[in-house]
Amino acid sequence: MDTSLTNYLLIGAVMFVSGVVCMATKRNGIAVLMGVELVLNGANINFVAFSRHTSLGLDGQVVSLFVIVLAAAEAAVALAIALNFYNNYQTIDIDRGDKLQG
Amino acid sequence: MDIKACLLTTAWLLPLVGFAVEIFGGYWSHHAPGGRFRSRLAAYISVGCIGGGFLLSLTALVFGVTDFDLSLWDSPHHASASEAPATDALAQFAVADEAPAGHGGAEQAQPGDPDAHEHNHVSGRLYELATFGKIRFAIDYYIDSLTLVMFTMVTLIATCIHVFAIGYMDDERTDEHVDHQVHISDGSHLHRPGRFYQFFAYLSLFCFSMLGLVLAGNIFMVFVFWELVGICSYLLIGFYVERHSASTAANKAFIVNRVGDFGFIIGLMILITSFGTFNFTAYNDRGASDQPGLFEMVRDHDGAVHVDETDQGRVVKFHTPNGSDTSIPYWLLVTAGLGIFAGCVGKSAQFPLQTWLPDAMEGPTPVSALVHSATMVAAGVYLAGRFFPVFLPEVLLTIAYTGAITLFVAATIAVVATDIKRVLAYSTISQLGYMMLAIGLGGWAAGLFHLITHAFFKSLMFLASGSVIVGCHHEQEMTRMGGLRKKMPITAYTMLVGVIAICGLAIPWTWAVPKIASGWDIAFSGYHSKDAIVATALTYANLNPIHSLLFLAPLVTAGITAFYMFRLWFYTFAGEPRDQELYDHCHESPWVMTGPLLVLALFAAACAIGGEQGTLFQLLSQSETHVQDVAGSAINLPTHQDIAVFHGQAGIMALLVAGLGTLLAYLMYCRRTPDPSLIKRQFAATHEFLVEKWRFDELYDAMFVRPVHVVASWFSGFDHRVLDGILHWFARTGVTVSGWDRRFDEGVVDGIVNWVAEKTQEVGRSLQTVQTGRLRQYVMFIALGVVTLFVLIFALFPET
Repeated sequence: MDTSLTNYLLIGAVMFVSGVVCMATKRNGIAVLMGVELVLNGANINFVAFSRHTSLGLDGQVVSLFVIVLAAAEAAVALAIALNFYNNYQTIDIDRGDKLQG
Repeated sequence: MDIKACLLTTAWLLPLVGFAVEIFGGYWSHHAPGGRFRSRLAAYISVGCIGGGFLLSLTALVFGVTDFDLSLWDSPHHASASEAPATDALAQFAVADEAPAGHGGAEQAQPGDPDAHEHNHVSGRLYELATFGKIRFAIDYYIDSLTLVMFTMVTLIATCIHVFAIGYMDDERTDEHVDHQVHISDGSHLHRPGRFYQFFAYLSLFCFSMLGLVLAGNIFMVFVFWELVGICSYLLIGFYVERHSASTAANKAFIVNRVGDFGFIIGLMILITSFGTFNFTAYNDRGASDQPGLFEMVRDHDGAVHVDETDQGRVVKFHTPNGSDTSIPYWLLVTAGLGIFAGCVGKSAQFPLQTWLPDAMEGPTPVSALVHSATMVAAGVYLAGRFFPVFLPEVLLTIAYTGAITLFVAATIAVVATDIKRVLAYSTISQLGYMMLAIGLGGWAAGLFHLITHAFFKSLMFLASGSVIVGCHHEQEMTRMGGLRKKMPITAYTMLVGVIAICGLAIPWTWAVPKIASGWDIAFSGYHSKDAIVATALTYANLNPIHSLLFLAPLVTAGITAFYMFRLWFYTFAGEPRDQELYDHCHESPWVMTGPLLVLALFAAACAIGGEQGTLFQLLSQSETHVQDVAGSAINLPTHQDIAVFHGQAGIMALLVAGLGTLLAYLMYCRRTPDPSLIKRQFAATHEFLVEKWRFDELYDAMFVRPVHVVASWFSGFDHRVLDGILHWFARTGVTVSGWDRRFDEGVVDGIVNWVAEKTQEVGRSLQTVQTGRLRQYVMFIALGVVTLFVLIFALFPET
């Protein structure tokens, strides 16, 4: 079955919006990180879909591989931040981290 | 280059080397044994330099005697003169009567002989400094027998004085010298590091300057060293600079000399513009040039001045260096001569510039000895002698009268002085007057003869007085001394030699038993030289009866000299002690001081041996320029024959007067009949007048110093009111303008900058509220922002 480009873009858009909503609404730091993963992977689906349905060859796939690697690194750093945050506040409620307010 | 020039140049430069080593050689002085201030090394260097100079000068003198073919023992002068004493006194007069007829005889031919003229000097160039058009500045030398004798005399006396100074300045060899004559405001005495090596450095520089002056072959070089001598005397007179009297005396010496030097410069300018050369004579050594010098231009080989009456008045004709005949107005040449003589007046402390010399006693005694005998004051007489050919009769007459006034005035002041050094100072002025008088009277050789003999006996007496001063712990008042001959015999008896020499006492064998003695009077040097001067004066007075005063002044003063010199000796060394405490603490000086005294005493006694037939006089007269009377002048200068006629007569008169003076001094100060204090009370006004030195200082104070002060106060008032007023107005205006500027800066410029800063801060604060620090809010903003961007892009660019 040959799915059209629109379907892929639709799924990507749904994942992206879900991710953003997750980041905006969750108070749990880990949940926010999960939202970030959704956003990144929504973008990855778009890359791969455009690569498949246009004459760009494998460029989209390569870029999404880079994004995955970056996401892994980002997750490692973010988890370390989360651990430290927990050590300092005994919670990972990100609303508690408002030290940067002006 | 001539061997004499080499020797004398070395002798001249040696003291400069000594000076340079001592002034710039700070290193060794730190590392000298015993520490910086305790070392005697500086003195040894100085003595070595000047002593070496003496040996070189003496060698040069020996060379000179052979080179110049100076026949000392069988000269024509001597041949005729040695026969003359063999006959009796009456025969001398008989010869004299014939003498005017015999002009142009054998004696006359000798100075006129061109060969003799050529060979009595060596002149040449050491180094050319610069040439400006026709004017050349060069270091030249001019060596004749006078130069040689002066070199030997200066270096010998300077060596003695240097050695003496090692002893005299010994208390300076410490890093904590106490000057008892300087009181600081807290009542204590001044403590300062000793200045032993500086003293010797200055002495060396002094000798260098004087030797350069004597060696000089052109008048410009003379002037340079003339001023160097002046500055050295300034440094040495003001050696105890912390004493107010010393620094004032140094200033006085320097300023009074400037007055004379002003005339000197005018003379120099006239000579250079008229004759176009500074040189004394044409070079006849290496680098010979045919350019004639001043002496050859003014007078020809026979010593005649070519005076001509033209429609511009009287002129003196001469050959210029390029061979053409030209002329100089007579009065201009007289002015040049007077100008040069004005310089001599300042240096040699003649009337009316004599006031600085007594004050110069503030320097250490070795300096006084050097200044008063061999260097400073001798320079004036030397130059007057050197420039003798350039002086016209009017100038010579001025010189003679200046000398006559000086010698009398100074002698009268010396009679009442009680400071031992001041008596000697006034006697120096008086004796310098004798020398000037002799030169002015045409007795050239007699004047310079006296310069040499005086240098020996005056340096001797100054050093003796220095020995007394050290022995008496810096007491200089004669009224507190007395009887010191028992305590310090060497000083006393060497001083006596000097006193007898200056008084001109003698046992005149020639006159008494002429057949046996034959010109060998038993006399010390001063007798011979003073005799020569008095004889010249007597001859002159006979030839020009209108100027008889020029004979009376030196004759009377010869008596006064004998009086005050013996007064000095009796006061100091004879009789009973006046101040027992001083007498008890008094002691004879060490050998380093008495040694030079003995050497100088020997020379003071014997340097003029043989009188006018003796070596010294014959040597000096070799360089005498033969001068003829100038046509149209009323003055007749005496010739050697004329003087020989009156010599015996003058000698007896001088001797009698001197004897009377001595006798009077003996009666008054040893026998107390008449009592000097009684006479002092009787002539209180005169005594006061003399003690105040004829009120010259007051006169100059009223004539020059106070008017200068008044004018200066005017100018200071002008400065304070007008100039300061203008300056203050400018300053105030500046302050006002700056005030405005400040307000502009503070109000406008700072205002703009501060407003911008304030606004920036305000905006920052208002934006602060957006920064909540909540992560979820930020995410919301980002999302909304992206959506807004997309909406905007699609709204604004719908066609893409």
